[in-house]
Amino acid sequence: MNNLLGLIIGMAIVTYIPRFLPFILFSFKQMPSFFKRFLYFVPYAVLSALIFPEVLSATNNTSSALVGSTIALILALLEIDLSLVVIGGILGVYVSELLF
Amino acid sequence: MSLSEFYSGMRKGFPIALGYLPIAIAFGLLAKIVGLSIQSSILMSAVVFAGASQFIALNLLLAETNHWQIIFTVLIINLRHFLMSAFISQRINKKSRKLLPLLAFGITDETFSLISLNLHTNNNLSFVLGINLSAYIGWVAGTVIGVAVGKGLPVIVQTSMGIALYVMFIGLLIPGIKKSKEKLAVSLIAVGINSYLYWGPALISSLNKGWKIMITVVITCTLGSLIFKGVTNNE
Repeated sequence: MNNLLGLIIGMAIVTYIPRFLPFILFSFKQMPSFFKRFLYFVPYAVLSALIFPEVLSATNNTSSALVGSTIALILALLEIDLSLVVIGGILGVYVSELLF
Repeated sequence: MSLSEFYSGMRKGFPIALGYLPIAIAFGLLAKIVGLSIQSSILMSAVVFAGASQFIALNLLLAETNHWQIIFTVLIINLRHFLMSAFISQRINKKSRKLLPLLAFGITDETFSLISLNLHTNNNLSFVLGINLSAYIGWVAGTVIGVAVGKGLPVIVQTSMGIALYVMFIGLLIPGIKKSKEKLAVSLIAVGINSYLYWGPALISSLNKGWKIMITVVITCTLGSLIFKGVTNNE
């Protein structure tokens, strides 16, 4: 592990490139409308892919994950503050882990 | 820079910090087990700032993988951020252009989610930097705690907090898809594709998380933009 510093720097560079490059490539250009529509949907596609199915294995067992995410789903439908959605989900998992 | 916007971003980013903390603690612990020094572990979190990549790097180090191969894998995992930064680059207020490189450094799945859904009401760069800093503090502080304390949170707390980022994503997604059938459709398509990538043939399900997200997003958004030609871009 003598060259660990090199590895860390290399990792830092390759994680930074995809994060920064678009700011150079797209900042000053008008995009074609297809790509604009494409980007319009990106947040929703990303969020959906981040949530499902991984959420099912986010805790020790699927049932507590389901309890937590159902509580969050209900709170989110009521459009209450995001922090409360998160705290509600965590508490839901906590209680069901205690019970089951 | 506007300090009040910055602080408001930091407050907004609090759920991310909360969600990062247990994961970063776990990273610190694992890094110690793999044999990284305290300094190296903290440095990695401080300059790489990418959860999935750091865990995979530890696994590969444990398997004595060639460093170039690790770097290549990390690049592949993080290509998805290209799409996220492309989105932000279109909508951010570019008055303080000099700070864009700093903003780019803070783009993660979690900060992107929070930023992208707030950009229509607040595209102020200071606000976004505040969100990123909250997340960054959670990540680095968690790593420090993990390597310094040398033990994790109580199991039940760790487990419960494991849901934090997912429920945050739910909290961000639901209000959007509730109001728009296009977004709802896109979300369902993404869930369908991503589920197939997880549970489909072994060749596909063995892809890493970065590939899965990128494939899902590219197919979903292509379909979305072909089907829904009338979506507005003013949001």
